[in-house]
Amino acid sequence: MKPYRKWSETSRRDFHLAVLTLTLFLAVAAKFPAFAAPAHLAGLLDDTAILIMLALGQMLVILVRGIDLSMAANLALCGMLAALFNRAYPGAGVLPVLALALGAGTLLGALNGILVWKLKLPPIVVTLGTMSIFRGVIYLLSGGAWVNENEMTRDFVDFTRVQFLGLSVLSWFAVVFALASIFEMRHTRLARNLYAAGGNPEAAAYSGIDPGRMQFVAYVVAGAIAGLCGYLWVSRFAVAYTDIALGFELQVIAACLIGGVAIAGGAGSAVGVLLGCLFLGIIRSSLPLVGISAFWQMFINGVVIVVAVLLSARQRRHARSILEAR
Amino acid sequence: MSPLLTLTDVRKSFGGVRALAGVDLELHRGSITALLGENGAGKSTLVKILSGVHQPDSGSIYLEGARTRVPTPVAARDLGIGVVHQECLVFDHLTVAENLFVNAHPGRLGLVDWKTLNTRAAAVLHELGADFGADTAVASLSIAQKHVVQIARALVNESRVLILDEPTASLSKRECAELFRIARQLRDQGCALLFITHRFEEIFELADRYAVFRDGASVGAGPLAETSRDELIRLMVGRPVEQLFPKQDSTPGETLLQVEGLGRAGEFEDVSFTLRRGEILGIYGLVGAGRSELAQVLFGAERAHTGHVTGHADIALVPEDRQGQGSILPFSIAANIALTNLAALAPRGWIRARQENELARQWMEKLSIKAQEPTQPVQSLSGGNQQKVVLAKWLARKPAVLILDEPTKGIDVGAKAAVHAVTSEFAAAGNGVILISSELPEVIAMSDRVLVMRRGRLRGEFTRVEATSENLLRAASDA
Amino acid sequence: MNLAPLKRWESMLALVLVFEFVLFSTISPYFLDVDTLSDATFNFTERALVALPLALLIIAGEIDISVAGIIALASVAMGLAAEQGAGTATLATIGLGTGLAAGCVNGLLVTVGRVPSIVATIGTMTLFRGAAYAVLGDRVLKNYPESFAQFGQGYLVGPISIELALFVVFAGIYALFLHRTRWGRAVFAIGANPVATRFAGIPVDRYRFALFALTGLASGLAAVLLTSRLGSTRPSIAQGWELEIISIVILGGVSVWGGKGSILGVVLAALVFGLITFGLGLMNIPGIVMSIFTGALLILVVAVPALVRKR
Repeated sequence: MKPYRKWSETSRRDFHLAVLTLTLFLAVAAKFPAFAAPAHLAGLLDDTAILIMLALGQMLVILVRGIDLSMAANLALCGMLAALFNRAYPGAGVLPVLALALGAGTLLGALNGILVWKLKLPPIVVTLGTMSIFRGVIYLLSGGAWVNENEMTRDFVDFTRVQFLGLSVLSWFAVVFALASIFEMRHTRLARNLYAAGGNPEAAAYSGIDPGRMQFVAYVVAGAIAGLCGYLWVSRFAVAYTDIALGFELQVIAACLIGGVAIAGGAGSAVGVLLGCLFLGIIRSSLPLVGISAFWQMFINGVVIVVAVLLSARQRRHARSILEAR
Repeated sequence: MSPLLTLTDVRKSFGGVRALAGVDLELHRGSITALLGENGAGKSTLVKILSGVHQPDSGSIYLEGARTRVPTPVAARDLGIGVVHQECLVFDHLTVAENLFVNAHPGRLGLVDWKTLNTRAAAVLHELGADFGADTAVASLSIAQKHVVQIARALVNESRVLILDEPTASLSKRECAELFRIARQLRDQGCALLFITHRFEEIFELADRYAVFRDGASVGAGPLAETSRDELIRLMVGRPVEQLFPKQDSTPGETLLQVEGLGRAGEFEDVSFTLRRGEILGIYGLVGAGRSELAQVLFGAERAHTGHVTGHADIALVPEDRQGQGSILPFSIAANIALTNLAALAPRGWIRARQENELARQWMEKLSIKAQEPTQPVQSLSGGNQQKVVLAKWLARKPAVLILDEPTKGIDVGAKAAVHAVTSEFAAAGNGVILISSELPEVIAMSDRVLVMRRGRLRGEFTRVEATSENLLRAASDA
Repeated sequence: MNLAPLKRWESMLALVLVFEFVLFSTISPYFLDVDTLSDATFNFTERALVALPLALLIIAGEIDISVAGIIALASVAMGLAAEQGAGTATLATIGLGTGLAAGCVNGLLVTVGRVPSIVATIGTMTLFRGAAYAVLGDRVLKNYPESFAQFGQGYLVGPISIELALFVVFAGIYALFLHRTRWGRAVFAIGANPVATRFAGIPVDRYRFALFALTGLASGLAAVLLTSRLGSTRPSIAQGWELEIISIVILGGVSVWGGKGSILGVVLAALVFGLITFGLGLMNIPGIVMSIFTGALLILVVAVPALVRKR
């Protein structure tokens, strides 16, 4: 067989997905021209922004043969922390809030990472456990009460909505982050080592890469992103309570799977993940237009996941132990 | 000129098993040394020590005259020791260029300088005369090409010592020639190469020095020009045959199995033979000959693509990988033996512990399995006893044909004798045995007839009289 | 099979159980009342019925995260049929049948589609619960016939509810099956070393499929009982149960790596779990705080052996 260029495989896959997404978009826009209006598109990006950031974080974890089911719970906990802090110290401004959310998320991610790295515990069990711990802690902190908009400071709420060149700050976060990710995954040594560690841990060890340590790094980064998005979520929806983003981790994983991230590790592109998020975002956004209630969202996600994993399994034909930590 | 790398009296044991009993080795600049030895002679342990995976228990390593240690694989790389592994430790999802620079990417501030990386990779590949580009996906390369990638990586790391660990196992003649060309090129540049192989024509074609290991010790070394193939064989094999349990005489009876034109794509083809009652049929060959694959097809674990097998014999297989395929390590002796006999032990479903243990005790006695209780987990047993358990679980089924794939690999002499005794007895009782082995004395002593396989085809059939070490080795390695 | 370490685990669970009894009866005078205890059992019987086959599945080296989704789907199916006027027997059949069908879907994805069970069941979990939401939206289905309530609310004799009786019977059947029959032995073998088991001539994929189907069926049964006890169906029914059920299994000493575990352990774990939930309820501590315990417990259960191994 004639050896082929590497980028063909990933690029081809991304290209197919791009075409698919574009086709979907055009199909909807053809029926409902308002869909393609700039204001609507900006809104679409705004809706999908947090999913994009979370999915890029989850991608790192899946790349190194892990999984993070606690992302949404992490987000919710850090969001609640941010809201509570803001309520207690309204004069502090947004910057400390951002720092708090980011820092808390990093610590939570590090908890996952340590358990997976040092104790070699299976990621599925660890993140199932931390998921419920985080949710429970939210309740303890808030006493089950909500933090409403009228308890939040002006700048806390407005931060994500400030418009800049037609897009909200939230959208800009996502855009900048996506671009940075695409660059980073391609051009930093750390990212390339992540790919190596996930692709062939044994060979990676021979080259001096510690696969366990790479997993730790991935979980910390994913946690940091989740923490930051916690504040962004709470600011955008102007409310904080125990159940925010409940089940959202599944959408995040779905976006990764659609985007071509291999569950066995070692393969996946930031571009693909971005496209996967846009794909899901378009579907969600077009549902009300087509007359399908939002209640179908979850079902459609499910169909997409099942189809994506079936196709992926046909390609790979790898059997992966459910609970391997490495 | 003094050697580049010297090993003196290196010893290594794993648990109770002695892998290296004090070996010496010298590798010279600008020279290719062939390392010979049968399975279990200690070659792979040596490679692991040189590449930093294991630490020797005692002995010294000198690199360029200075005493050295190789604590980790990265240390080996930094010391200039490169390895081309048999199992191709490459990254399928990355390009060739990236494979060469894993964790050593050129660039500053943590960024990857792709231009330099690709250019240098292309240069190295060009230097080696590789037939694929630096931006090729490794997943699409053949094994031979993946070996070249590993060599290229060693070059990038400026390796002075390059170890080729059985690289020609699955290569075509043309690919071998290509590999040799590269090896010679490296030799001419002053590299010291260590070439591990079984194949004599390759040794004489490529190497200029030799070293022979046997049972974990060095038994000979020097310039290749000062020795001959027969001498090398003698050094490799030099064990008195009487050490093994003498085979019981038997007269072969009716045909149990008739195999015709059996083949499986990419593994073996056009294999035909018969197996008769009371007969032990040996199958000899080197790594990559396709014997284990043949065994799995005969057993029924894999399907043949061509040809067929006639004969309604109940066939049992004692697989080569005794820990992965042969037994369930955390299970007890009794549970392992029971696993293949569930239908007989529990015809209506209920397993009775007493019956299970009784069956185990019977076989523990019969095969002298050294353990306290049948409830002991198999992983606590020595290699030899583990193998006896695997034998027991199949013999308990009373099959008509028993296929043994490297049954005495890595087990002590006592256990070996026991396995041979049981095998002989089984055959003498009117059953058929297929014994796959790469250990010449074993094959010669045990078999009534010997088939030799090479690169997936049958190369010869020898009667008990005709089956000498020289004949078999020649058939297994001749072109 | 080396049973000693497992026996230690079960003894520990038994101790915890005793401790709970002592603790709760000290806190609340009502605790040791027979009727109270009988009520307490409802906290775990439905979950435990699913934990039993799930334990077998995990012992065999697989996992099923979609069990709660199957419960939701089966409940919705029953609710819709009830709206059409179906009788109790039909409803129960529909519930069980839906569960079985869903389990078969999982089984096919894993054995034929060769999708790793973790990913497959993440997908089907979303699919099944998503279907429940899609069909019901924010409606509630309540038109169940009176006799239907018998399953979840009825008592067999005295304080022993039908649910509890079912659990006891099934626990016994599973225990015998897993620990005394050759098929149970095969389940352990598949989890411990699927390759060697295949080499021993056991049809590994057929067992896997059967276990997924069985888990689905049990989820259907749980749906019947739960719906009957609640008397209504919401698409959010049994939300979060997958975590609790998996926690019960792992708390019961079933190894996440497969090949090890016991039904007795799972039963004890179910009791421990159910009592904690009930006790916390008595103390008016909300369920979500309970989930901190569940999560921490889950991690501890796998962390402690790992720490011991490191030493």
